[in-house]
Amino acid sequence: MIQFDRFELANGLKVLVHQDTTTPMAVVNILYNVGAKDENPAKTGFAHLFEHLMFGGSVNIPEYDEPLQRAGGENNAYTTNDLTNYYCQLPAENIETAFWLESDRMLSLAFSPKSLEVQRKVVCEEFKEHYINKPYGDAWHKMRTLAYTKHPYQWMTIGASLAHVEQATMEDVKDFFFQFYRPNNAILVVTGNVKTEDIKILAEKWFGPIPAGKPYERNLPQEPKQEKNRSIDVRADVPMDMLMMTWHMGGRFDRGYHATDLLTEVLGGGASSRLYEQLIKVKQLFSSISCYHFGTIDPGLFVITGKLVKGITMSVAEKAVLAEVEKMKSELLDAQEVQKVINKTESMICFEDMSIMNRAQSLAFYELLGDAALMNEELAKYQAVTPELIQATAKTIFAEGNRNTLYYYSNTVA
Amino acid sequence: MALDRTTAPNIKDAVDFDIQLKPCQQYVLDNGVEVYAFEGGAQEVMLMELVFFAGNSYETKNWVAPATNYLLKNGTSSKSAFEVNEAFEFYGAYLNRSCYNETATISLHTLTKHFGEVIPVVSELVADAVFPENELDIYAKNQIQQLTLNLKKGDFIANRHIDEYLFGIQHPYGKYSTEESYNQLTRDDLVAYYNKYYKEGKCIVFMAGKFPSNIESVLNKYIGGLPLNKNKIELPAHPIIAATEKKYSIVNDPSSVQGSIRIARHFPNRHHPDFAGAQVLNNIFGGFFGSRLMSNIREDKGYTYGIHSYLQNHIQQSAWLVSTDAGKDVCRATIDEVYKEMGILRNELVDIEELKLVKNYMLGSLLGDVDGPFQIIGRWKSYILNGLTEEYFYNTIQTVRAIQPEQIKALANTYLKEEDFYELVVY
Repeated sequence: MIQFDRFELANGLKVLVHQDTTTPMAVVNILYNVGAKDENPAKTGFAHLFEHLMFGGSVNIPEYDEPLQRAGGENNAYTTNDLTNYYCQLPAENIETAFWLESDRMLSLAFSPKSLEVQRKVVCEEFKEHYINKPYGDAWHKMRTLAYTKHPYQWMTIGASLAHVEQATMEDVKDFFFQFYRPNNAILVVTGNVKTEDIKILAEKWFGPIPAGKPYERNLPQEPKQEKNRSIDVRADVPMDMLMMTWHMGGRFDRGYHATDLLTEVLGGGASSRLYEQLIKVKQLFSSISCYHFGTIDPGLFVITGKLVKGITMSVAEKAVLAEVEKMKSELLDAQEVQKVINKTESMICFEDMSIMNRAQSLAFYELLGDAALMNEELAKYQAVTPELIQATAKTIFAEGNRNTLYYYSNTVA
Repeated sequence: MALDRTTAPNIKDAVDFDIQLKPCQQYVLDNGVEVYAFEGGAQEVMLMELVFFAGNSYETKNWVAPATNYLLKNGTSSKSAFEVNEAFEFYGAYLNRSCYNETATISLHTLTKHFGEVIPVVSELVADAVFPENELDIYAKNQIQQLTLNLKKGDFIANRHIDEYLFGIQHPYGKYSTEESYNQLTRDDLVAYYNKYYKEGKCIVFMAGKFPSNIESVLNKYIGGLPLNKNKIELPAHPIIAATEKKYSIVNDPSSVQGSIRIARHFPNRHHPDFAGAQVLNNIFGGFFGSRLMSNIREDKGYTYGIHSYLQNHIQQSAWLVSTDAGKDVCRATIDEVYKEMGILRNELVDIEELKLVKNYMLGSLLGDVDGPFQIIGRWKSYILNGLTEEYFYNTIQTVRAIQPEQIKALANTYLKEEDFYELVVY
């Protein structure tokens, strides 16, 4: 049970505080309610590029990292399709440094042309390192485009193409900042050796004067129900064939969300999971296989992907996967197997909650979902999942027509 | 009064923090196995790590040590690989194993309430792993596929070769796997290695987290009764055979858009008096986000997504490395800038404010690193396996606090000389 206090500033900034007196450290986490899904389709990759620019100096402070490091702190940030999250950890006694830095970059960035120029290059190198200069690096780009026809989850956070990143202008940067990086579009979470009354004073002092922005009305195109299976073939200079299949699933608020999560565990969680045991060990069709889901706020994708053993054909591998998937629809799981995946989830939650950093990020995420207290109800929701609910969820997800398949062939001559 | 946003709030310098490494409990099981334990944390979880002296320094045939370590959970006389996995996963426990150069480990992460259910299976793995032929076949086949895939990646090739240049292909720190090494593994190799280095091997136990009340007696029952620590295990001597040629360029994939750059030299181990000072110098040079390499090559020039320097975590002999992936057309420029930064450190005194920042950063992170039961036991484990005591912890802090620009410059003149470095680019 993670205890926390919550208050809101007049400008709309939500603040959550979780005290842990066993640590000398504190974490300051700011989540901005903007992700790659909020981007203009002609200017993708912007939310992530912007995250880089947030370290290029703010209106009153030329350099973000240096004063934080001087205070004994470390920081980083990440961008997903749904959100952008910034976090720093530092000795609790120096926490005001984090308030000073974070509030100044929420007030306004420096908008330095040099920073934009350099970070465009850095992000292009990141793009190359992870998505071009890597075998199968383009697979997700292709799969997203195949699976989503309308919803902005069709592009990755890094962007749909290098060109979009290269073309970003200072006007784009400013517009994006003043649209999304406003206190009423952010959640501040402080965890560690801190007291709520002190945090109230600091929050008022540093964040209170920042004007609220125009509320952001998110109105994203929703993905229509997929009626027919889709597939594409890819051939590239990779050493082995890869099969990637996705199915549309419900979003984070869907009634079947927790059952879906457990379903991925049954199929792909660990060496006792069904796909691992049947397809890697018993039938020896795949050299590696995994099953997971996006965990996104809007309806995401349920994924099964694996690399084929040399000599196994794509159709044999695909049939074997579909047979396992079919079993989830036709046979009820026994209570023991459901208990296993619930136990695994309980364990995962407990280990995740060990650090004040994870607790801060979870509190921020659940607050974004509507209420940080939901974090403490998660385990009970998993425990309430029945074999019947998992089967019903499997029937919905694995419905005919809902599938997208990427056949990634090796054109290497053996 | 208007808020002054241009002046930083007052801070307590991290160099003034009182950083303590909390003591760990120590006891010996009936069979002589030492246990180091740190109890604490808010969650009802725990970690048990069995460290065996079974790293690849002991193998006489390539890849026997990692293969034995990997496959020891793939079946016992009474359980199939699936049943072993199920025995842990049913309780939400994670059984991992890792093979290093001197040591190889079996680690268990579990909810405290299920420790009693899973410890017997850990014990079974140490006493009775059987290495089924079929499991070895699947392992070898899949590892070869994985290797084929990895050999497509420039960074993977670069990491293998730089170690080979530094230590030699026969040395535990320099050797790597090939398709042949997997094909030549036999069940007999694994069984013999297992019998000598696990079943009747030398073991040390590290524990952290919330423990059940009867922890000592449970450990004695399941670990203390095993035939461990009976034989003396000598670490074989492996001479370092470094390459004579220092500069390399490999074309792995002509269509590559980046090059993987590694620049490296030998460096002594943690017992050397320069080790702590060199860590300060390393941080200034390329050890963290605010380092000179990052500021210059990423933040000023945008040649790379990241560039780092670090001291390798070896017990016998370390190495100092610079590692980055940079755009193909700027690889040479990147390497030149690395040497340029070495030159500046050799020729100019580091600014006192920059040094202070690095000291604060290092000690602030250290404060965070010794926070939490798993982190604390991890540090103790590192000291014990390196033959160090907590004195090393406090001496390092003292060195970081006290070191002056002149000493940094002297260290740079000893260790950051371009001619001592091996250099490799894989395109």
